[in-house]
Amino acid sequence: MELLSNLALGFETALTPTNILWCFVGTLLGTLVGVLPGIGPTATIAMLLPITFNFEPVTALIMLAGIYYGAQYGGSTTAILINLPGESSSAVTAIDGYQMARQGRAGPALATAALGSFFAGTVATFILAVAAPPLARAALNFGAPEYFALIVLGLLVSISLAHGSVLKALAMIVLGLLFGMVGQDIYTGTPRFTFGQPELFSGINFVSMAVGVFGIAEILRNLENERERDVMVKKVTNLWLTREDFRRITMPVLRGTLFGSLLGVLPGGGHILSSFASYSAEKNLSKHPEEFGKGAIEGVAGPESANNAAAQTSFIPLLTLGIPAHPVMALMVGAFIIQGITPGPNVINEQPALFWGIIASMWVGNLLLVLLNLPLIGLWVKLLTIPYRVLFPAIVVFAAIGCYSINMNAFDVFAIAFFGIVGYVLIRLGCEPAPLLLGFVLGPLLEEHLRRAMIISRGDPTIFVTRPISATLLAIAVLVVIFAMAPSIRKKRQAIFVEED
Amino acid sequence: MRFSMNGIAVSVAVLAAAFAASTASAQEYPTKPVTIVVPFSAGGPTDTVSRLVAEVMGRELGQQVVIQNVGGAGGTLGAGQVASSDPDGYTLLIHHIGMSTAPTLYRSLPFDPTKDFSPIGLITEVPMTIVARKDFEATTLAELVATIKEKGEELTYANAGVGSASHLCGMLFMNAVGAAMTTVPYQGSGPAMTDIIGSQIDLLCDQTTNTTSQIKAGEVKAYAVTTAERLASLPDLPTTTEGGLEDLKIAVWHGLYGPAGLPDDVVAKLSDALKVALADPTIVSRFAELGTTPVAATEAEPAALTATLTAQIALWKPIIEAAGVYAD
Repeated sequence: MELLSNLALGFETALTPTNILWCFVGTLLGTLVGVLPGIGPTATIAMLLPITFNFEPVTALIMLAGIYYGAQYGGSTTAILINLPGESSSAVTAIDGYQMARQGRAGPALATAALGSFFAGTVATFILAVAAPPLARAALNFGAPEYFALIVLGLLVSISLAHGSVLKALAMIVLGLLFGMVGQDIYTGTPRFTFGQPELFSGINFVSMAVGVFGIAEILRNLENERERDVMVKKVTNLWLTREDFRRITMPVLRGTLFGSLLGVLPGGGHILSSFASYSAEKNLSKHPEEFGKGAIEGVAGPESANNAAAQTSFIPLLTLGIPAHPVMALMVGAFIIQGITPGPNVINEQPALFWGIIASMWVGNLLLVLLNLPLIGLWVKLLTIPYRVLFPAIVVFAAIGCYSINMNAFDVFAIAFFGIVGYVLIRLGCEPAPLLLGFVLGPLLEEHLRRAMIISRGDPTIFVTRPISATLLAIAVLVVIFAMAPSIRKKRQAIFVEED
Repeated sequence: MRFSMNGIAVSVAVLAAAFAASTASAQEYPTKPVTIVVPFSAGGPTDTVSRLVAEVMGRELGQQVVIQNVGGAGGTLGAGQVASSDPDGYTLLIHHIGMSTAPTLYRSLPFDPTKDFSPIGLITEVPMTIVARKDFEATTLAELVATIKEKGEELTYANAGVGSASHLCGMLFMNAVGAAMTTVPYQGSGPAMTDIIGSQIDLLCDQTTNTTSQIKAGEVKAYAVTTAERLASLPDLPTTTEGGLEDLKIAVWHGLYGPAGLPDDVVAKLSDALKVALADPTIVSRFAELGTTPVAATEAEPAALTATLTAQIALWKPIIEAAGVYAD
């Protein structure tokens, strides 16, 4: 019953009028920056750090956390409406969400994202409250070999992200891996493919690439044909989910929540995999895999739940061990320190009101997000009726501003234009951008962990199969390949039999 | 004749402009918000130090002091941006020890740290600590040194990337011990610390900003602090000298700079504001939690920063060259 008294303490802290107000401000701001393409939670939290100086520590952290998961939430809105993902997780949502919007089902897509996120957020918050310290301990068993094996598995299952040719999907993953190689080699500092541009030393900006290959390329494609533009969004049928929709999203939401909650805890980049993993799982488990990529509601429900659950559980390493799982969490470390609290294993004991207050506020924040977003769906859908001569330039301008604001770097804006053209060429060639983006995001991680594992083992590759977690993950990867090959082998056989008949 | 007439006209104009600028700045500076470029991502130790200082300096100067993070290329992108900005006092830079190692680590550095900046003052010197995974066998620094000599490259040493403070400390450490370990680079201190806590890797030397809370919680084993005196925040931790490694002295010093040619009175005004900030009780207590202290008022001066910068460039050049590491 210690849990109950802890939660009571948490809600006591989170439900003071001041904290509710700032939790609301945080989630609202987060939603807004998530909706504006390009401006991410990192830039927003960095900009707002100074105004939290005079807050109580718990209030400041509640607000900053709200910005983070609010942005995860808002990011899916633009991905669904205008195919403009601001981060890797919403890139997955864009695949089917945007197709739903084109079919006039933007409302159900947004509602699915909102409900799935809320459910996942609730469960993940509960997991945080019940099992944060042991989960964080377990996550520490993941070293470089384990992450390498996990990413190999992730890349293999990600081939199912594409709904077209498997060969093209593979080609896109490899092209993404190559784009991911640009920048300084972290082990030796050697610049690769930088062409003497100092801006490229830290690699290609993710937002430039995502906004380019998804959003700008889509705009270019729409500009091809005057008539096509009018029919892009057919009339909006309904805003809410049908009974059939509810039935279809239930299991994806549950599985997405499970994937997200578990992967989010891993500090070495697990959260990135969560939405991809969920999408692949849904597609492979679905009775109608052919609908994926053409507006399957499961393709929105699963990844959105996974993404939000991971956003929540990625606080676990920070709150229990003081180690940041990704750049936004590193910024939260800064926020703790500025507030005079050094994040670490002692926070839970020394500052129980703070620890439990933040956890309780996450649930409050998720509730606020649903209340905030459901009524907004109608408004968002109306956005699609804006004439293209206004909407397209506005998207481009916002994308450019957002992208510039991350590093104050004009180079990143030119990169949007470059990747817009790359994305357009790929669309014309029938290649899909999602596997490209996955390769780009996972490529550097794959290389980093592979090389680190090899450095630690001093060149002995058996490290990957002698460590149990890594060996298990690689074995699953082999099974995935076998299962993926099996149907095509069967089909070929059938084809042969047909010919023989 | 026409040339010289032009020349005279130009120099008169330049003088007039310079005079106008200096009188204007003497009385009025600053008349708009001042930007301090931090050449690292937001949330890191340098960013935290900068934001704390900027807040108080802004109050003292009567204008907001805004932090702008221009990360990338080991801090050289942001520093380069400030080096080529107008010396009007509205674009400044807070950089750490990397300012002194960049000229050796980067063979094609687009700026010269000693010529392209107007030093304003030192801010703080963050000590470093040598830590290991908590199940590591050695219990004292002497035992650790003996273990390293015996096992050498079987042991792994983590650092936060090429040119990072933990990388520099590692080079000094291995020099002082006289044996090399297998160096495993990470992207930033966070992931390196994660793998130490998870016992994936053996050793790390990092700033107290990153290690103090983990040492206190017993998540890592600490051997020594790299300063001459013990720290108030970790009173039980011996110094490297006490442990028999006199040559291992390193602190991550931070300095405030403007672009070269900053008017003297602007420098003086900024240096005074910096001194006020460093004496502020909130800053002193926050710095203490980070395991560091603000420098004395006499150090928050251009002369002290110039001296430190010059001495540190000379100190690191042979060490980095001997290790044969370059960041470009």
